[in-house]
Formats: sequence, structure tokens, C-alpha cells
Amino acid sequence: MSINTATSASLPAVTHRRRRSLAHSKWPVLILFLPPALLLFTVLVILPMGEAAWYSFFNWNGYGSPTQWIGLRNYQLIFRNGAFTQALINNGLIVLVSVLVQIPLALWLATMISSRIKGALFFRLIFFLPYVLADVAAGMIWRFVYDGDFGLVGGIAHFFGADPPFWLADRDVAMYAILGVVVWKYFGFHMMLFIAGLQAIDKSVLEAADIDGATGFQKFRLVTLPLLGSTVRLSVFFGVVGSLQLFDMIMPLTGGGPSNSTQTLVTFLYNFGVTRMQIGFGSAVGVVLFVICVTLAFTYKRVFMRND
Amino acid sequence: MSGMIYRTNLISAAALALMGGFMTAGPAAADSVIRWMHVEQVPTTIALWGAIAKEFEQKHPGVKIELQFLENQAFKAKLPTLLQSNDAPAMFYTWGGGVLQAQSVTGALRSLDTTLDAQGGEWRKSLNTSAVEGLSFDGKVWAAPFRTGVVSFYYNKEMFKKAGIDASKIATWDDFLGTVKTLKQAGITPIAGGGRDKWPLHFYWSYLAMREAGQKGFADAKAGNNDGFAGEAFVRAGQHLADLGKLEPFQNGYLGATWNDALAAFGDGRAALILSFENTPATQATNSTSRKGQPDENIGRFSFPVIGGAPGVVTDNFGGLNGWAVTKNAPPETEEFLRYMASLDVQKRLAKDTQILPVVQGASGEISRPLLKEVADALSKETWHQNFLDQDLGPNVGAIVNDMSVEIVSGGVEPDDAAQQIEDAYSLERK
Repeated sequence: MSINTATSASLPAVTHRRRRSLAHSKWPVLILFLPPALLLFTVLVILPMGEAAWYSFFNWNGYGSPTQWIGLRNYQLIFRNGAFTQALINNGLIVLVSVLVQIPLALWLATMISSRIKGALFFRLIFFLPYVLADVAAGMIWRFVYDGDFGLVGGIAHFFGADPPFWLADRDVAMYAILGVVVWKYFGFHMMLFIAGLQAIDKSVLEAADIDGATGFQKFRLVTLPLLGSTVRLSVFFGVVGSLQLFDMIMPLTGGGPSNSTQTLVTFLYNFGVTRMQIGFGSAVGVVLFVICVTLAFTYKRVFMRND
Repeated sequence: MSGMIYRTNLISAAALALMGGFMTAGPAAADSVIRWMHVEQVPTTIALWGAIAKEFEQKHPGVKIELQFLENQAFKAKLPTLLQSNDAPAMFYTWGGGVLQAQSVTGALRSLDTTLDAQGGEWRKSLNTSAVEGLSFDGKVWAAPFRTGVVSFYYNKEMFKKAGIDASKIATWDDFLGTVKTLKQAGITPIAGGGRDKWPLHFYWSYLAMREAGQKGFADAKAGNNDGFAGEAFVRAGQHLADLGKLEPFQNGYLGATWNDALAAFGDGRAALILSFENTPATQATNSTSRKGQPDENIGRFSFPVIGGAPGVVTDNFGGLNGWAVTKNAPPETEEFLRYMASLDVQKRLAKDTQILPVVQGASGEISRPLLKEVADALSKETWHQNFLDQDLGPNVGAIVNDMSVEIVSGGVEPDDAAQQIEDAYSLERK
């Protein structure tokens, strides 16, 4: 794409001969390198997307070929499904917590350990560790932590002589328990982004602020934060994308339950499409998810990350 | 369309490549290869199957049998694609029900009637009739029956004694609710439940529905008569389940507990009752904290109680029925092998060493464990065998039955609303 625009933009300026030689040099490369990538992309991305869109108009269990055309009924069923609404709300909650809790926390920690204080490297490692862990492993670990019979939470409750809580079994609490794990798992990643961003800030600007008599908080609010703007926007973007993808941590923790209170869009797709062999319905969910992703990604990039 | 088929082949080729680790090498050496796909995880069982396959290979030169394992969930997810590709296994594990029926309609399977009726119907006659019927659709048999089972209540004798309950007196649902109350009063957690997996609780709804509606009422509901699954009997079944839920009979946090957690709760002696499969004496032990669980002497068993005034009887059984389905392009020796697997001799060995309830008449004599023998007796006297609803009604309606069972018992959805939701879903499946 960018190659083409670059070529066409420079075209009027070049001479005929130059153009020929340029074409000569470009084509072999294109012919040699484009097909493999194009083929892979078509077979593994474009085709399945088209198929999913096609299947979404059928009532189909995956056996034989889809024959029962039901038009937009799958889409109607999706938007009438309470679990889908709950999944949307949960995805929103994850974004909200990411913006209001996770990113401020990551930023705060980053400002503390980005400077060369003693033990900074150690803390960086500690805070980054949860992110290195596989999502499924993190889910299983926290399932054990939250367990009221044998887990850490249960143990603490027993120690104080209280009845152990079963947070993951309580439909009003389970989602918050999961949000806690999400923050724990990903704040290190955002913190690393911010550390990188902070290190890119010119020290002389901060020195100038010092000379002007700015307090620590003023320096942060008026100098550091504006200069970190692009990193914050990127961080929020990752938060949104991560929320839409959240699946493998939820499955070991709650599997979407109890009473669908912890479904996300992807676990909804899996639980209601794949495991129930409702391939048509699942495809429709996939299409909806795709539309949401594309809309969010493009709007966000257009509106917030235009200058980054 | 051709693009789709091509891609399907591509995917299954990739899937097969991934499964390469499970396959034994050298299919080229044999004339025909029977690829046998299963979900069994118990090593001793697989070892015995392997031995049986070897014996068959020796008796039939040129035939090679390859066992392929897929994890349960992966198996269910991959099968639709696999069956439609050229890499379909020759025979695979099935739970019967709506899923098997869906497979049979696509033409991906070969019916077994010819082999069953060969030599004067020798094979067919040797099998339990209910097992054969359970795997038949549209007048044809689509899988070779392999084993069967019954879900019933298992209880901790010591705990019952402590609460002063006589299990043999539990005949009706009201008796059962009384038992739950007595246990609670004695400070004992009455029932171990696995609400996270959902299906363990669908046992309750299913049995209650069977007792309320009876065999005929159930068949009527399937056919869509008398408001189908939204009919009175099914609403009442839900109400009974809600009554149970109101007593808070399960262990703390049961909504987040898996089936294994529930078995552990029973095996550890943290709950007095569990409504469970015939293999509970074994599985409660392996899942318990001590790995020993309750000794067989401390476990008692009783059938799901009846409901006063309702048509369902105590000999109506709810439980699994498994078989082996044969695919369209399977080598002709596949049926021969299945017949060998179902021969009295082999079934006796399977019953003895792998603790299954065999489907061949006369093989259950080999069962030594008293608790399992009791189930075998119940099976031999049964008046109706209802397969698990999440298989029988198909995966979609089955999932809704599972959901609704959990919702009713935890007070999330009213029984009439739940019955309506099940009916709504099933109404789409009736042809």
C-alpha cells in the first residue's frame, strides 16, 4: 500500500527513463515477495472472515454444508441475549478499570522507579513478572488464590475465624474479582511503556522547570504528563484491545459464570457458538466483534492518535 | 464452495499434523488401517484397548489399528470438520443423542444394520435392546453400543448415621427434602454440587422432569405436544428443583465448583450426598484430598426418588450410553473389529478391568465391586433409559437445560420462565 502511494506520488517528477528503470527494479521484487504474504493473508485472514460473514446468515451446527438460511435472525438473537449485553458491559468495565485504575497505577509506579534509585531494576522485574506469565496460568493461580476451601483467601478468612468467601461463585462479586486479576496481570506492561516514555523525555526540560521553582507535582502535571501524552494514548489503546481479546484468563477463573456474570465478548462467542455447535450464531458474534474492533480501532486512531 | 472444501481439508490436514504425536508410524505397511479416535484418559483402560487391538491384528493379518486420543472438548470441536474431510477416523467415540443424529443425517456415517443382522442377527441378539435402540435414528443403528451407565444418589453412610437417617426410607421427593433438612440440622452439608460445570446440576432437573412427565410425557414434549417442554409437568419439575435450592443444600461456593471439586467434597467427607455416575466410588477417591476418599463400605447408593402422584417410576433410569460410530470411508474390517470388541469374552474383560457397565448380555456377571453390581442390577430391571439431555436434545438445547438447571436451583430464573426458554430453544430443533 505505502509502496504504491510513494510510487505514484513521485511519478510526475521523474523522467520517462527514470520511470522505466524504477518499474524494472520494483516489479521483480513485488512478484517475488508479495504472493506468499498475499496468499497467506487471503487464505488465513480474508477467506475465513468472508466465510464467517456468510455462515452468520445460517442456522448451522457445523455438519454438512449450511443450508438453512435464516437471514438476520442470528443477529436478532445476539442482541436479545442477556448474556451478550452482560458481556458488552463487562468489556466496558474492563476498559474503564484499565483507564481509571490500571493506567494511573502504572504511571505512578513508573515515575517512581524510572529514575536511577536503588533497587529500581529489581522492582521493575517484580512488577513486570505477572505480565510474563501465560494468561491461562495466571487464571489458574488466581482461581486457587480465590478458593474458599483451600486457597489464600479462604486461609485468611479461616485465620480470622470468619466464614470464607467464595468470590468467584458469587454472581455479584465475581466480575470484580476478575478485574482485580486483570489489573494485577497487565499493570506491569503499561508501567514498562511509561518507563520507556519517561526515559525519552529531555532532562533539560525538567531542569528548566526546577530552576523556575516548580514543585514536584507541578513538574509532573505541566511537564511530564503532556510529554507522555502519546504513551498514555497508546496505553489506553492497548487497554481497549486487551479488553476485547480477554478470554484465556477468564476460562480457568470462572468460564464466564456464574449465571454469565463474567462473560466477555470472546468467552460469549466460545460458550454460545463453539461449545453449543451453533456455528452460524457463533459466526454472527464473530462478525459483531469484528465490527466493534474495527470501529473502535479506527475511531481511536483517527481521534486520539492522529498526531502520534 | 470448492474453496471452502479445500480450506476444510487444509485445516484438517493441519489438525492431523498436530495430532501426529499421538499416531503410531507406518500406516503404509498394512493393507487397511483402522483409525480409532477416543477421549479416554485412564491409562489402564487405554492399555487394555491397545491389547485388544493387537489381538485383532494378529487374527487379521494386513489390518492395523491405530488409537488416536483427543481431549474431550477438542474432540467435540474438531469432529465436525474432521468428519467432512478425507482424514476422518474409521471409528470414533459417541455419546449418542442429537449429536450422533446430526452426524448421521450428513451421510458421514455408515449404519451398522448389515453387520448387526449378519449370520441371523447374531450380534444384534447379543446386545441389550435398550442400548441398541438408544443409538438408533430413523430406523437405523448408527453406532455400536459399548457401555452404559446410570446416575444415582451416593451417600456417606457414617454421616447419615450421625444425622439418624435411614437411606432405605427415602422413596419420594418429599422424603428427600426431609433428608436434606435433617442433615442441615445435624450440621452436615447435605449435597456436593458442581455448579460451575453446570451439567452436574442438570441431573436433578432431568430426573425431576422424568419423574413428573414419565416416559410418555417426555416423548410427547419432544414431539411438541402439550406445550412441549413448557408444559405443566416440566414447570412442576422446575418448582421441585427450586424447592431444593431454597433449602441451600449444597456446599459453600458450589456455583464456582467444578465436577471434580464436587467429587472432592464428597470424597473428603465434606458433604453427605452426591447425584452422580456409576463410577463414583472410583472417581470420588481419585479426586479427594487424600486420594483415598471414602472406602466402598462407607458409601451407599439409592435411586432418584419418585414424586407422589406423578407417572415416573423408580426404575426409569437416567444415564449415559456410549458407542462407536463408523465413518463412511472406513475400511470394511472396522465393523469386524467392533464386533470383536462387543464379543462376550472381551466385554467381560472390559467389565472386570475397566469397571464399565457392559452392553452385552451376560457380561455384567464379571463386575466384582458391590456398588457397581447394584447399578448393573438396576440396569437389568430398568423400564426406560433416558440418555443425558445435553446429548439427547443436542448440544444447544442441552446447554440451555444446563444453564436453566443452575439458574433454577440458585434462584436466578423462575421455573416457568426456565421451562419456556428450554421449549423456545427446542422448538427450533423439531423438524
